Amino acid sequence: MDDLVQLESVLAAQIEAANDEAAIEAVRVAALGKKGSISEKLKLLGSMSPEERQFQGPAINGLKNRIAEALTARKNALKDVAISLRLEKEKVDVTLPVRAAPAERGRIHPISQVVDEITAIFADMGFSIAEGPDVETDYYNFTALNFPEGHPAREMHDTFFFNPDENGERRVLRTHTSPVQIRTMESQKPPIRIVIPGKTYRMDSDATHSPMFHQVEGLVIDKTANVANMKWVLEEFCKAFFEVPSLKMRFRPSYFPFTEPSLEVDIQCDRSGKEVKFGEGTDWMEILGCGMVHPNVLRAGGLDPDEYQGFAWGMGIDRIAMLKYGMPDLRAFFDADVRWLQHYGFRPLDMPTLFGGLSA
Amino acid sequence: MKFTLSWLKDHLETEASLDKIVETLTMIGLEVEQLDDKAALKPFVIAKVLTASRHPDADKLQVLTVDTGDGKPLQVVCGAPNARAGLIGAFAAPGAYVPGIDLTLSVGKIRGVESHGMMCSERELQMSDEHNGIIDLPADAPVGTSFAAYAGLDDPVIEINLTPNRPDCTSVYGIARDLAAAGLGTLKGQPVEPVKGAGPAQVNVSLDLGDDKHLCPGFAWRTIRGVKNGHSPKWLQQRLIAIGLRPINALVDITNYLTFDRGRPLHVFDADKVEGGLTVRRARAGEQILGLNGKEYTLGPDNVVIADADGVESIGGIMGGEHSGCDENTTNVVVESALWDAMNIARTGRTLGIITDARYRFERGVDPEFMVPGLELATQLVLKFCGGTPSGTQLVGYTGHTPKAVQFPASEVKRLTGIDVTAETSLDILSRLGFVPQGTGEVVDVVVPSWRPDIDGKADLVEEVMRIHGVDRIDPQPLLSHAAVNGKILTTLQIRTRNARRALASRGMMEAVTWSFISEESARAFGGGQSELKLANPIAADMSDMRPSLLPGLLAAAQRNADRGFNDLALFEVSGTYEGNTPEAQRRVAAGVRRGTAKLEGPGRHWAGNAAPVSVFDAKADALAVLEASGAPVDKLQIESGGPAWYHPGRSGTIKLGPKVILGTFGEFHPKTLETLDVAGILCGFEVFIDAIPEPKQKATRTKPALNLSDFQAVRRDFAFIVDKSVEAAAIVRAALASDRKLITGVQVFDLFEGASLGDGKKSVAIEVAIQPQERTLNDEDLEALTRRVVESVSKQTGGVLRG
Repeated sequence: MDDLVQLESVLAAQIEAANDEAAIEAVRVAALGKKGSISEKLKLLGSMSPEERQFQGPAINGLKNRIAEALTARKNALKDVAISLRLEKEKVDVTLPVRAAPAERGRIHPISQVVDEITAIFADMGFSIAEGPDVETDYYNFTALNFPEGHPAREMHDTFFFNPDENGERRVLRTHTSPVQIRTMESQKPPIRIVIPGKTYRMDSDATHSPMFHQVEGLVIDKTANVANMKWVLEEFCKAFFEVPSLKMRFRPSYFPFTEPSLEVDIQCDRSGKEVKFGEGTDWMEILGCGMVHPNVLRAGGLDPDEYQGFAWGMGIDRIAMLKYGMPDLRAFFDADVRWLQHYGFRPLDMPTLFGGLSA
Repeated sequence: MKFTLSWLKDHLETEASLDKIVETLTMIGLEVEQLDDKAALKPFVIAKVLTASRHPDADKLQVLTVDTGDGKPLQVVCGAPNARAGLIGAFAAPGAYVPGIDLTLSVGKIRGVESHGMMCSERELQMSDEHNGIIDLPADAPVGTSFAAYAGLDDPVIEINLTPNRPDCTSVYGIARDLAAAGLGTLKGQPVEPVKGAGPAQVNVSLDLGDDKHLCPGFAWRTIRGVKNGHSPKWLQQRLIAIGLRPINALVDITNYLTFDRGRPLHVFDADKVEGGLTVRRARAGEQILGLNGKEYTLGPDNVVIADADGVESIGGIMGGEHSGCDENTTNVVVESALWDAMNIARTGRTLGIITDARYRFERGVDPEFMVPGLELATQLVLKFCGGTPSGTQLVGYTGHTPKAVQFPASEVKRLTGIDVTAETSLDILSRLGFVPQGTGEVVDVVVPSWRPDIDGKADLVEEVMRIHGVDRIDPQPLLSHAAVNGKILTTLQIRTRNARRALASRGMMEAVTWSFISEESARAFGGGQSELKLANPIAADMSDMRPSLLPGLLAAAQRNADRGFNDLALFEVSGTYEGNTPEAQRRVAAGVRRGTAKLEGPGRHWAGNAAPVSVFDAKADALAVLEASGAPVDKLQIESGGPAWYHPGRSGTIKLGPKVILGTFGEFHPKTLETLDVAGILCGFEVFIDAIPEPKQKATRTKPALNLSDFQAVRRDFAFIVDKSVEAAAIVRAALASDRKLITGVQVFDLFEGASLGDGKKSVAIEVAIQPQERTLNDEDLEALTRRVVESVSKQTGGVLRG
C-alpha cells in the first residue's frame, strides 16, 4: 500500500513540476503509458489473489483516475497560461486612428441637396420635374413669355447674349427657368404639374447676386387652378421646406410680364439676431414671385386661355438654401473651396425624404 | 419713386395713420421699400441763448445759458463763433443722438465746465454741409417747440419700389388715386384750369419725322415773356430735397416738381437762346449735345431731338441741353409738354447711358391726355413764382387719345383668383381707379383710363380688383389631390444624375458647382471655343465661352484649393456641357478630378501606410463607379487605350459601348493641358457622358432571374504568362475567360512584372482563374485539360507563353 501512496505523491510532484505540454505528456506516458508506472501496477492485478485484488483493484484504479484528472487539470491550466501569454504579446494600441470611410468624407453640394428636398416635397403634391437648355432662343426666354421686343422688363434681366448668327438672331443664356414653361406646354397636354430646377444667368455680381445662379420654377395648368390654390401650394411648400410648423407669408401684388395677376411673396422672419429665424419676428423677407399664367403665355404654349388656366412661380434655389442653412455669401457656392464644401455640404447618405425628414 | 406724406396729402384727404398708409401701399402692389419717418430729428427743440460768456480755460469756447422752453435755463459749452446772447437755434439735450457727428450726447465736462447739451449746426443735423456756425433762426421762432416741425423737416419720406407696369404711379397724384380706391380717403381731384394766353408763342415748333410720327405723338408748348427766375418757394425746395433732388431755380424746380407730382415731365427752354424755331427730328449722325448734366453726348438717327437752327437743344423726353437751359438771367421761356415713343426713349436712354426722371416716365408711358393740362399747370406755377406774360397754348401732332375698352366678364375674378365678390363690387373698384364700365350685366365693356397703358385684357382687370379688394383676403385652397399613390416622377436621366452624384460623394469626393462659362483658352484646350458658344457680353474676360467639358473648371478649382494649402482633394461635378447652341447639344456629364494622394481609401500619410499618388486607375475606378450607379450595362463596356488630346496619351482610356457609343474618358493629364490652364500637381480625372447611356429595356416584371448555386467545391488556379509589353491585360483576361465559358466564372489579374530577366519588351502577367464545377467534382484529368485550354487560348490570342 505504501508504494501506491509513494507513487501518487511522486507523480503529483511531477505533474506539479511540468511546465509545458511536452513535460505533462512525458509524465502521462511515464504513469499511464503502456509501460507506465500505474499501468505496470494494473498489470499485476491479474496475478493477485481474489482477496488481494478486491483490495488492490480499487486502490490502483483510484490512483489511475486521480492522476488522469490531475494531468488534465494541469494541461488545461498550462494551455490557459500559454493563451494568456500569446494574447498579451498580441496587444495593440487601439487608440491609433483609422481612416474615415469614403462616404464620410464625400460631400453633396447644398444646391443638389436643396433640389432633392424640393423634389421630395413637390413629388408628394403630384408634381414632376422638367428641365430645359441653358442656351435659349430669344423667343423662349422673352417673346413667348410676353416680354415684347423693346419692353423695359427685358432690361431688368441683364441678359447674357451670344454673338448673332447669320440670320441676325441672338441666342441668350436663359435669365430664368420660365422658358421651360413654354417647352412643357408645347410637348404635354394639361393637366400639367411640374417644377423646373436649373441654372440661370444674369450679368450681376455681389454677395447676393452671381452671374450664374439656380432657380426653381413651378407650373400648374388645368381648368380650375387659381390664386387660392397657388397660395396653398406655396404655403405648404415653404412650411415643409423650412421645416417649421407654421410660417406667416405675405402675398402682395406685383408685376411680371408672364403672369397676370402677379404677386410677390414675403415670409415673416426675425433678423434681429445673428441668424434669420422663420415663423417669428416682425421682418418680411421676399422669397419668390408668382402669378396666374398670362393669357399670352398660354397662347404661346398652344392653349386657349378661356379653357385652360393655371399658375406659376419662381424662386432662387441658392437663395432659399442660404436662408435655410445660413451661408452668408452666394459667391462661395461656386468657388469649390473644400473647407466650404466640407462645412456646408451634405453626406452622400443624407437623402432628403418626407418620411424621414428633409434634413436630419 | 419717392414722396413725402404732406405731398401725398395734397392729393389725398385722409385720416389714416402713416403706418396704415405704408401697409396699404405695399398690399395694393406699391411696395414700400423705405420709410424715413424723420424720428431722428425729434429730439431737437428750438432754444434761445440767454447769456454767453467766455470759457474760463479756453479762448475759442463760450459758456452759454440756454432756455429750452421749460423755464429752467441750462448751461451749455459752445465753440461756434456766432453763438451769442439772444440767438435762437436748434438744441439737443443729453441723450439725443446727433446724426452729423454720429454721437449720443451725455452731460460732460468740457475743459472743466459742465455742458448739458449742444447747440447744433446744419451739418450736425445733416441738413446741409454748413458748419461755420450754429443754426441762427429768426427772432419769432417759437422757443421750446420741435425744430424739425418748424423747419419743415418732419415730413416722413416714403419710397416705393415701383413695378415697370405702373406709369400712373410715377406721380404722387397717381399714388393718391390708388390709395383712395383702396378706401384710404378721398382723392382731391380737380380739373386743371387753362391759363388764358395772348397771341402765338414767340418760338414756333414743327415736327419733322416723316412717316415716323409715332416718335413724337404730340407736342404742346407756349412761351412766357418777362419772367424773373429766382429761387422757388421754400416748401417746394424742401419737397425736392426730401426726395433727393437739388433745387436749382424756380423754372427748373417747377418742371422737376410736376414730374413727380403728376408724372408729367416738362422742359423749359430759354427762348432767347433758341435760334429760329424748334424742330422735332431725328438726330444726324455725329451731332453732339452738351447735356444739362454737363456731359457731352454724340447722337445718331435713332435718337429724336429738339433742334433749332444752330443744332440740337434737347434730347427729346430724356434731357435738355445746357445751351438753351434757364438761369437767373432768363426772361423769356418756352415751356414744353410733349409725348414721346416709349420704346425709342428706352433705347436712346440705354445706348446713351442716360438715366433721368423724364426717361423713367416716358419709357413706361406718360398719360397723353395730361399733356395739355400739364402745360397749363406748369404755366400757373411759372406765373405764380416768376411772373410773366403767357402766349396761347400751342399743340402739334396730337390726334387725341382713343380709349381702349376691355370685355370683362365679372365671373373672371372668381375663376382666376377664387375671390367671391359680386359684379357690382368688382365694377365699383374699377370705377374708383378711373375705369368706366359701360352698362351692367354679366359681361360689360370697361373703358380703360388714358393713364393705364398697361391694361390690355380681362386678366389685367382681375388683377386690379384683386389688389384693391385685398390679396390677404384670399383663403388658401388645397390643390385637388391625385386619387392614387404618386408613381415614379423622375426621368431616367434625372435618376442617373442624382445617382451619379451620390455615388461619387460616396467615393470620398466633394461636389463642386463651377461656372458654365470659362476662358476661351481653357475652352479651346478641351475641344471648345466655337463662335456660337461665345458670349457677346461676358461679365469677365475669362468667363467668355460656354464650357465644352467640366474638367477645366474642376482643374482650376483644384488649383485654387492647392494655392490655399489643400493639396490632396477630390472634386466632382455633375452638370451640363455645351457642344453647340441647340437644346440637344447640351450634354449631361459627370466629371471628377483627384489631386495629390486623394485616393479612395483616403489621402495623405497614415501609420498603417501612406496613400500613394493618384493615377489613371483612380480615375478609371471613379468613371466605372458612375457608370455602374447610373445603370450602364457594365459587363458590356470596353476599355480602349488612349483618350482625347487633353489627357496623357499613354495614361488615358476611353470607355465605349459598342464601336460608336463613347460613355466616358479617363486618365492623367497632358502636361501641355495643365500648362495652358496654369495648373500644376499630380492630377487625374474622368468624364462620363450620362446622357449617352442607353435607356434600360422595359421589363414586364420585377422578378430577378432564378439563382442556381452549384453544390460542388469551387477551385482556383494561377497562371503567369510572358507576353509582349504591348499586349493588353484585358486581352489575356478575355482569352482566359473564353477558354471555357461554362466552368470559368472569373479571371483576376493579380501580378504584373517587368524585368530584364524576362527579356527586352516583355512582361509577365499573372492571373487567377476561378472555376466552378457544375455537374460533378473535377478530377485531376479534368483540371489538367482545363489548364491546357486556358494556356492554349491565351497563347493563341496574345502570343503569351506560360512562365516557367
